[in-house]
Amino acid sequence: MGRVKSLLLLLVITALALFFVLPLLWFVFAPFNERASLGVTLPNPPSLANFQEVLSSELAMRGLLQNSPIIGVGTMLATTITAALAAYGLSRSTIPGRQVLTYVLILFSSVVTGTASMVPIFRLVFDLGLINTHLGVILTMTGGLLPSAIFIMQDFVEGVPRSYEEAAMVAGASPLQIFRDVTFPTMRPGLMVVGIWVLVNAWGTFLTPFILIRDPNLLPAAVTFYRFFDEEGLPQITLVAAYAILYTLPVLLLYLLINWRYGFRFFGGIKQ
Amino acid sequence: MASIRLNNISKNFGTVKAVSNVSLDMPDGEFVALLGPSGCGKTTTLRMISGLEMPDTGRIFIGDRDVTTLPPRDRDIAMVFQDYALYPHMSIHDNIGYPLKVRGIDGGEVTQRVSEVAHSLQIGQLLKRRPGQLSGGQQQRTALARAVVHRAQVYLFDEPLSNLDAKLRLEARAFLKHLQREVGVTGVYVTHDQSEAMALADRIVIMQSGEIMQAGTPLEIYRKPANTFVASFIGSPPMNLLPCAIDYGARMITVADRFHLSGDTFRLPANNARAVTFGIRPEYLHIETQPVPNSIQSTFYVLQTLGSEALVIVRVGEHLVTVRMFGDEIPDLPRDLWLVPEPERVYFYGEDGNLLP
Repeated sequence: MGRVKSLLLLLVITALALFFVLPLLWFVFAPFNERASLGVTLPNPPSLANFQEVLSSELAMRGLLQNSPIIGVGTMLATTITAALAAYGLSRSTIPGRQVLTYVLILFSSVVTGTASMVPIFRLVFDLGLINTHLGVILTMTGGLLPSAIFIMQDFVEGVPRSYEEAAMVAGASPLQIFRDVTFPTMRPGLMVVGIWVLVNAWGTFLTPFILIRDPNLLPAAVTFYRFFDEEGLPQITLVAAYAILYTLPVLLLYLLINWRYGFRFFGGIKQ
Repeated sequence: MASIRLNNISKNFGTVKAVSNVSLDMPDGEFVALLGPSGCGKTTTLRMISGLEMPDTGRIFIGDRDVTTLPPRDRDIAMVFQDYALYPHMSIHDNIGYPLKVRGIDGGEVTQRVSEVAHSLQIGQLLKRRPGQLSGGQQQRTALARAVVHRAQVYLFDEPLSNLDAKLRLEARAFLKHLQREVGVTGVYVTHDQSEAMALADRIVIMQSGEIMQAGTPLEIYRKPANTFVASFIGSPPMNLLPCAIDYGARMITVADRFHLSGDTFRLPANNARAVTFGIRPEYLHIETQPVPNSIQSTFYVLQTLGSEALVIVRVGEHLVTVRMFGDEIPDLPRDLWLVPEPERVYFYGEDGNLLP
């Protein structure tokens, strides 16, 4: 009886695993297959022809190698630095209701970059003269990601005992030395987590740059995917597959690098 | 080295009075313990000396300098924190050397001084490790090393031993005392552990509700508690306190409404002052198994054997009274016992709780 049960369980798990693994297999195989379709087939023979064609598309490559990095890194720096300062200030102050403040901000943030607010955001960015600029996209996305970033960051900062800074004050350090030697290093795990999280979000955002940028030369990779759709709006699967793997690779590698180097945690405090 | 002078300092947090009108003179080279239950204002007082808190009113002097408004780094102090506050991302060497580094002392000299201090504290072999790889006792020594590596005018200790287990705490206590005798530092030591304060300090300041209850040498405080708070706080077990009344005309003391002690045997308070509390330490009560004059009748309640001594707890009316008996041979005690206080060890406290002269 127990054996039958565990066998059944094994079958269910295998089916579930296959269900989730298939798209990943497609994702890995299709780019190397000249005749890729929506089915998962082993490339036979494997070829790099898809990549050759993708690499020859100037707009797509500019999106991937220039515009996406500018927007991604820009948003990451703006959000992480602002969130770190805000979280530090919030967690080290005794403003009544500061917890409520962060929750309210988070609630609103889903509105800021949401579809519903795209018209006012467009108007705002237009009035600021930032339409068709990377800066406009960076600022809009920073606004949207900041509350959650502050929320995550706050947890990290609160995990750092105040006595670290106090010990440095008593030891004779100046405020700048305290920040450089104690505060910044102890906040580093939080900066890492928030930084990567923001980068992944910014890298993958489609709607904001799609609406705010007109010039095809400035579009990030998330939007230049459209290069590989034909006039009827149908995807050229071979090219989309090849571009998709190129598009994913930088973020994936970065994640692995950080994870290997520092380890990821979504809670505060310092691993001693 | 320098003296510390607190001149009428007060500090409120919102509506809570943390410290009110505390004045204290600590001469150069004195090691003072601030002792009291949690929330008594001892840590706030220490933090005001360190500059981590600013007093609302009053002045603080270190030596001749008025440091009231100076930030911690301009006060020339060193401090050991309760949680040690060792920087987790720095090696033990860098942790200990940090006060030297921020003062711009060059690397070679830092290394030399760090290793000197570390060796004297027996953590010389740990300098390359991180704080997380050290035991509690080693972390405590590292925190101590960081405080003494730089010659400060004043050393501050915020319950530095409270995170250690009992055995390590005794070791660390002996070690601290030795260090303090050797270096002869001016130190302020905050603790809620009276035996720690008694063992380490030249002078103990007992605080309660933000005010100083009594300041004196450990023996003074033990022998002459200035008020019922100190009497019931110091000593383990603390002093027995019983309600009393004195009839000065008849020279008669009535304890716990019932028992009469002669005013000829016991020294009565001066000026016929009204006494309401009768105090006697457990070791100055003697047990008789037969009725004797000038004794307090009681019934046996419980016996606690502690090895070198035993605590006999008896009932006097509705009050519990502790008697300390030394030696490991405790006789079988009958139900009815008569307690005889040593006359010169009896204290009377007035209605305000203060000791009557």
